[in-house]
Amino acid sequence: MSTFSRILFVIAALLVGGIFLYPIWFIKLDAPQFPEGGLVMYIWVNKITGYTEHTLNNINILNHYIGMKKIEPDSIPELKIIPVVLMVIAALALLVAGLKKRSLMIVWVALFIIAGAVGIYDFYTWLYDYGHNLDPRAPIKVPGMSYQPPLLGVKWLLNFRAVSLPYAGSLFAALSILTGMIAIVYDYFFHRKKE
Amino acid sequence: MNINYRLLLLAFPLLAFFSSCSEYAATKSGPQALSGATDAASRTYVPPGSYDEFYLFTSGGFSGQVGVYGLPSGRLFRYIPVFSVDPEKAYGFAEETKPLLNTSHGFIPWDDAHHPKISQTDGIADGRWLFINGNNTPRIARIDLTTFETVETIEVPLSGGNHSSPYLTQGTEYVIAGTRFSVPIPQTDASSKDFADKFKGTLSFIKVDPKTGEMKIHFQVLMPGFDYDLSASGKGVSHGWTFFTSYNTEQQGTLKEIEASQNDKDYVVAINWQKAAELVDGGAGEDMPVTYYHNLMDESTQTAKSEVIKTVKVLDPSKHKGFVYFLPTPKSPHGMDVDPSGEYIVAGGKLSADLAVHSFSKMLKAIENKAIETEVYGIPVLKYEEVLGGTVKQGGLGPLHTEFDDAGNGYTSYFISSEIVKWKVGTWEVLDRIPTYYSIGHLCVPGGDTRKPWGKYVIALNKITKDRYLPTGPELTQSAQLYDITGEKMKLLLDFPTIGEPHYAQAIPANILMDKSKKVYRLDENNHPHVTKSEDQAKVVRKGNEVHVYMTTIRSHFTPDNIEGVKVGDEVYFHVTNLEQDWDVPHGFAVLGAQNSELLIMPGVTRTLKWEPKFVGNFPMYCTDFCSALHQEMQGYVRVSPAGSNTPIKYWTGVDNAPL
Repeated sequence: MSTFSRILFVIAALLVGGIFLYPIWFIKLDAPQFPEGGLVMYIWVNKITGYTEHTLNNINILNHYIGMKKIEPDSIPELKIIPVVLMVIAALALLVAGLKKRSLMIVWVALFIIAGAVGIYDFYTWLYDYGHNLDPRAPIKVPGMSYQPPLLGVKWLLNFRAVSLPYAGSLFAALSILTGMIAIVYDYFFHRKKE
Repeated sequence: MNINYRLLLLAFPLLAFFSSCSEYAATKSGPQALSGATDAASRTYVPPGSYDEFYLFTSGGFSGQVGVYGLPSGRLFRYIPVFSVDPEKAYGFAEETKPLLNTSHGFIPWDDAHHPKISQTDGIADGRWLFINGNNTPRIARIDLTTFETVETIEVPLSGGNHSSPYLTQGTEYVIAGTRFSVPIPQTDASSKDFADKFKGTLSFIKVDPKTGEMKIHFQVLMPGFDYDLSASGKGVSHGWTFFTSYNTEQQGTLKEIEASQNDKDYVVAINWQKAAELVDGGAGEDMPVTYYHNLMDESTQTAKSEVIKTVKVLDPSKHKGFVYFLPTPKSPHGMDVDPSGEYIVAGGKLSADLAVHSFSKMLKAIENKAIETEVYGIPVLKYEEVLGGTVKQGGLGPLHTEFDDAGNGYTSYFISSEIVKWKVGTWEVLDRIPTYYSIGHLCVPGGDTRKPWGKYVIALNKITKDRYLPTGPELTQSAQLYDITGEKMKLLLDFPTIGEPHYAQAIPANILMDKSKKVYRLDENNHPHVTKSEDQAKVVRKGNEVHVYMTTIRSHFTPDNIEGVKVGDEVYFHVTNLEQDWDVPHGFAVLGAQNSELLIMPGVTRTLKWEPKFVGNFPMYCTDFCSALHQEMQGYVRVSPAGSNTPIKYWTGVDNAPL
């Protein structure tokens, strides 16, 4: 394993740290009576916040009319698990750099991609649950209507135009994976001295 | 020296002529139509969703309130209750706001508000607070311009008719208040036939805390019993001085329209308040026993408190020389205005055709040279010719008030000839004139009383509307008019109706205020003694015959929304906290048979309504402000049992939570 690739793996580990600095996803609910850029919710690896400190509560107030469960960050275990998983991934990147074993690079990248895919699937199941698992005694019931926000893109939910897109935190994850991939490509195709 | 009278005599046939002209026009095609109306429309049209350029704060006159308008559209945004109770906002009805209307005469639910003044920093409007006077039961109020709510009122003792008020110094060091009606000082059982002997005036200097805005009377200057009409403080070169117009120097207590109009000249009073403050701080003046109220809204507890003050420092200029001077001024001067440089002091001689302008530097020279004509009650009267800076000749009839633009022009309202006259400061040349509909009192140029006027418009605040709007019976709307002053010629752009009688008004660029405007009160900073910060803390507590309901509101229910155990003869206090933390989500609260008002509760606020049920029954309560899709469902019940019954206190929200 080349020194260059090892350096890239240290960088990949650092980039994992960047995921903590920004939200990984955002969901925006637009309606005419929310002129200040809609109601914006940010999903971080370890918390859920709103555009203002009151936004999340205001979303919950609106959601109770359709019987959606309250979004309570404290009751979402993933927000405690994901940070640990990411820290392990960062540690593994450093370990790969330390062990200097070329094939482990592939294992690490694969692991990260799988973890990311699992995370996105998990996010989807939460969205599905919020959108479908509604209180049958809700005041507003529209037959056949569910309120699952899109995972990616735009969808109309009654009077709201919901937009869901990755945010800066996800970019760090992608960059970290990309850095790992560059390290692999460099090592396998441009640096064939040993192994 | 009877030229003014002759002019007045001349004016009446002229007035008659003009009014017959307008009658003619009215029968033909309504009131005089505006020429170039399309252009004016485009100048005042603010498209839907767009903002106005200026806020305009108008006094609500005898409504006791303040109107908030946008310019150039003339749209009314809000009125702020100040000296009069307002059942819509529960102002003076909710327990928290009642103390703001306390005075030494008891709870006074009304006053006559005249002069809104925006706080200044270094002579420029800063938009932190708006001060306004109550004329009838002398008071001054302060409105916080982040919340547009009245947060403080202070009674002015030893005063009657708090008219020359509240005029600010250029750094808002002081709010100034003069008495228009002199009274016996101290108040005694005296006859007004002894006016000259026993009746006196006071000019009050009320210190403003530069951080909190809190007012505190520093001292009062004891003056001869004249009518002190209006006031303006010096700025720039004249900072440190305040000027008042006076009339009734004849000192009569009856038929003043004749008796108080006899002297050819009354006085402008010049007070060196910096010197007066030094004297007081050095121990001068006497402590006079009085009783007055100071009422302050505590932002943290959201509750106003009244404090009774028993003494005031009074400074007598006949004993302490050198800080008060009289400047002779023609014919019962009314308006008192100082130009942006601070050099010229304009006194609107309301029964005159000419406008006398005193020069501050000449006044200082006259004082230095002892150019003293005489002394009145121990106060030196300076020689008229030695202080006069210039005269705006034959501008019109009945000059009242002057404001200034940013190009060295003065704009004076002429009541009798119903017009605005534009003139050049320094040359006193009349540049333009334009009629007002009708009988203009005050006028306002944005920043026109400050060191840095924004100019652009002049707003006429008229006393009479007659045929300008659709008639509404004998009582017609009050009105303001907007004129463009950007060109050489003034141009009428817009008429718009106003509440009360708009005496004075002040305008400030919207961008100074709008970003500071508060959206919600933070619930976590609510330290109201009866706050309920979450639904699980809601409760009902009996204390003797008082029942305290700790209630919350959130879209779309009350907690609790059902209450039992209240009895006829109880005093029920609903302490309602609005748990919302979103912009523009107030909730209302009303209960059947309440003898006061509703509550209108802003997000994060706690308000208390007292309710004394008279009958046995089960009475609905509901949210009055359409808050949400389920607003109609936001209601509940209070069961009232007979006096002496033993229905236990119970309360709940939701079928599942109802007690067995």
